[in-house]
Amino acid sequence: MSEIDIKDILRLYRDPKIARRLAFKIRDIAKDLEDVLIMHVCGTHEWTITHYGIRSLLPDNVELRAGPGCPVCITPASDIDNIIKLGMEGVVVTVYGDMSRAKGGKGMSLEEARSRGADIRIVYGIQDAFMMAQRDPNHKYVFFGVGFDTTAPATAYMVKKGVPDNLSILSSYRYVPPAVGALMMAPDLAVDGIINPGHSSTVTGMKPYKEYFDRNKKPMVFAGFEPIDVLLAIYMILKQIETKEYKMENEYTRSVTWDGNVKAMETLLEVFLLSEGYWRGFGVVDKSGFVFRNTHKYVDARYIYGLSEPRDKEDFVAGARCADVIKGKIDPVECPLYMKECTPNYPRGPPMVSIEGTCKIWADHKVTGIIKCRF
Amino acid sequence: MTDVVKMVHGAGGQAMQSFIKEYILRHLGWGTGEIPLSSLDDSGAIDGVVLKSDSYTVKPLFFPGGDIGSLAVAGTINDILMIGGRPIALALGLIIEEGFPFSDLDRILKSISNTAMKVGVPVITGDTKVVEKGALENLVLNMSGLGVRHPYLDHNLEVVKKYRDGFDEKWLLDSNIKPGDKIIITGYIGDHAIALLSVREGVNFEADIKSDAAPLNGLVEAALKMGGVVAMKDPTRGGLANLLNEWSEKSGVGIKIYEECIPIRDSVRNVCEYLGLDPLELGNEGKAAIAVIPELADKVLEAIRQNPLGKDAEIIGEATDEYDFVIMETVIGGLRAVPPPIGDPIPRIC
Amino acid sequence: MCLGYPGKIIDIKDHFAKVDFGDGVVRDNIIIALVDAKVGDYVIVHAGYAIQVMDEKEAMETIKLWKEYLEFVDKEVK
Repeated sequence: MSEIDIKDILRLYRDPKIARRLAFKIRDIAKDLEDVLIMHVCGTHEWTITHYGIRSLLPDNVELRAGPGCPVCITPASDIDNIIKLGMEGVVVTVYGDMSRAKGGKGMSLEEARSRGADIRIVYGIQDAFMMAQRDPNHKYVFFGVGFDTTAPATAYMVKKGVPDNLSILSSYRYVPPAVGALMMAPDLAVDGIINPGHSSTVTGMKPYKEYFDRNKKPMVFAGFEPIDVLLAIYMILKQIETKEYKMENEYTRSVTWDGNVKAMETLLEVFLLSEGYWRGFGVVDKSGFVFRNTHKYVDARYIYGLSEPRDKEDFVAGARCADVIKGKIDPVECPLYMKECTPNYPRGPPMVSIEGTCKIWADHKVTGIIKCRF
Repeated sequence: MTDVVKMVHGAGGQAMQSFIKEYILRHLGWGTGEIPLSSLDDSGAIDGVVLKSDSYTVKPLFFPGGDIGSLAVAGTINDILMIGGRPIALALGLIIEEGFPFSDLDRILKSISNTAMKVGVPVITGDTKVVEKGALENLVLNMSGLGVRHPYLDHNLEVVKKYRDGFDEKWLLDSNIKPGDKIIITGYIGDHAIALLSVREGVNFEADIKSDAAPLNGLVEAALKMGGVVAMKDPTRGGLANLLNEWSEKSGVGIKIYEECIPIRDSVRNVCEYLGLDPLELGNEGKAAIAVIPELADKVLEAIRQNPLGKDAEIIGEATDEYDFVIMETVIGGLRAVPPPIGDPIPRIC
Repeated sequence: MCLGYPGKIIDIKDHFAKVDFGDGVVRDNIIIALVDAKVGDYVIVHAGYAIQVMDEKEAMETIKLWKEYLEFVDKEVK
């Protein structure tokens, strides 16, 4: 056990002096580069970036863009509709807080379903849903399983351990590596570097990304979520671009390893198998959807209640470029509706509705280049 | 599309603001007075009398550091104080679900009495209704309050006039702020919201965090006695983020705050980190943000710190004409906009 | 993608732990079955379960290395 408290070490990851110097280094190296577009694929990276004002520290020719990596945004609208349907039929719905505000295909969220009489409970972890169901055996409970390979292992573990009879699970879990792979292969997406999700990769390991990296070599850095982590990752990507030595680099060494959390992945694949997965706004990605194995159908809400499979098409408002924004192909300002017909008060598409949505973040945080730190 | 009232319409964020404008003001916004409804300030004022009505629903009814009773007294009294009023009387409306235990009712009434007695504001009228089981959950409180001009309000405004040409306001309105004015927060933010969250089923955790619910009579008196205050507001639902956005909009100024200056307990910060909450969006029930002319900001801060409820007060920023929105210099030296929250803070996984 | 925050394990019962997120903020019932953790370890907790035991040495190394490098750069610039 170390003498220094780890919290003191972690505090350094928010040190303004280090941040400032890194920002200088980033500016220095970017001076000799063309425009650089870096994509991150994680809602929590976006949170770090907006909440610490990281974009304001970057030079004009380095842009950070959010890709399709927020569970709230990519969970199929049809599954939100499915869970709302169960809620309206009297099943108690347990769900993570951020998911309660995401709107389904009919424009309704779980929060709104609650106003219409559904019993919706916010939980921190799946074990809280277990305890609620256990204490209340006369009611049926459902847990809305959203998120990625990061979140799903806890569910797999609890299912293996044994589920109360009155609890079922609707799995909308997704496996991240093939989606990042699809992103890297997309011919019309000119991304110069990718920041990979630190916590998803903590579970999956860096290994599954190797095949995609080998097929289309681009700077790829696995990063943590403190502001210095993100600044470091940006610096590492720029350095790779400068030296033209592209590699898979790990910034988040305190959590991410090459093999990942093997125990978690094994548990996950004992309960689920990987099938086609539909990502809202992004499309179908092969082997990216976690589906309950036949041996565990007894907890599968989709099977128990005969719920529809997520459909693979979604209608967006005419003229809106929601899908392109979600894929990270364009910035919100390039959509003809952005801040004209479509605003946070009158949103016309998912990226403007959800607080994790790229358009909403841009509108609220005035990302359009107004705010830059003076150096 | 939006055809029913939702929780978010009462949560103090953007949705509630548009709801009030589109519905309440459309029908009732015609009244005039010193501070009419249409100004949407903390209280209304007419013919020198300050009036405030607030209803309280909180789950659970008892929480670390307080209960629905102390909350109601503090909330209504603070709203009267915030525009420069001195609270003199309260009116209590009780709506109780049948089956509600007398022991709990007793506890709540005792708490109302204790909190009100401490600041010498009596309940002088009231009303009780009992509704059928299921018509509401447990009980709802309405606390209305009456106030008069605060004895130190005119002195305070005179002091402002000495420094500010053309200043002619009669009350401490949200629209009084000018570029350069300093923003003081009277203590640690977020305690109330986190204390409530800590006992909510499904999210509950252990922490030594108590609600800050308290009437701010003494603190406000100290500030007004010193003089130089142009506006006051309590960051309840929607937190500091909502408050600053309201000020920015109503005063037509930008507001720049400095993250490292904002007093937040380490424990509250840790809860925010692991549940993914933004401390600026957390509700408080015993804090005020106070806008002061720059010349007297330090003196007012000192005066506030003399009061036990203001000992952790800090200047957190200032109004500016460089921006027309709320902006924050973050702990790492970046800049970010601070938008008003949509609704109550909810734990995230993402 | 996924919010995670480090906390210290202060008690273990079966495969569940009490985790201290600092300054007295304690959450019970954190699933630690998927990591090899003991009391005193820092784990990264996501949605109620530990996804990893934090590598304290790595945390220190990374930041120390960069701090030194950047201080060096700073002097160079001046």
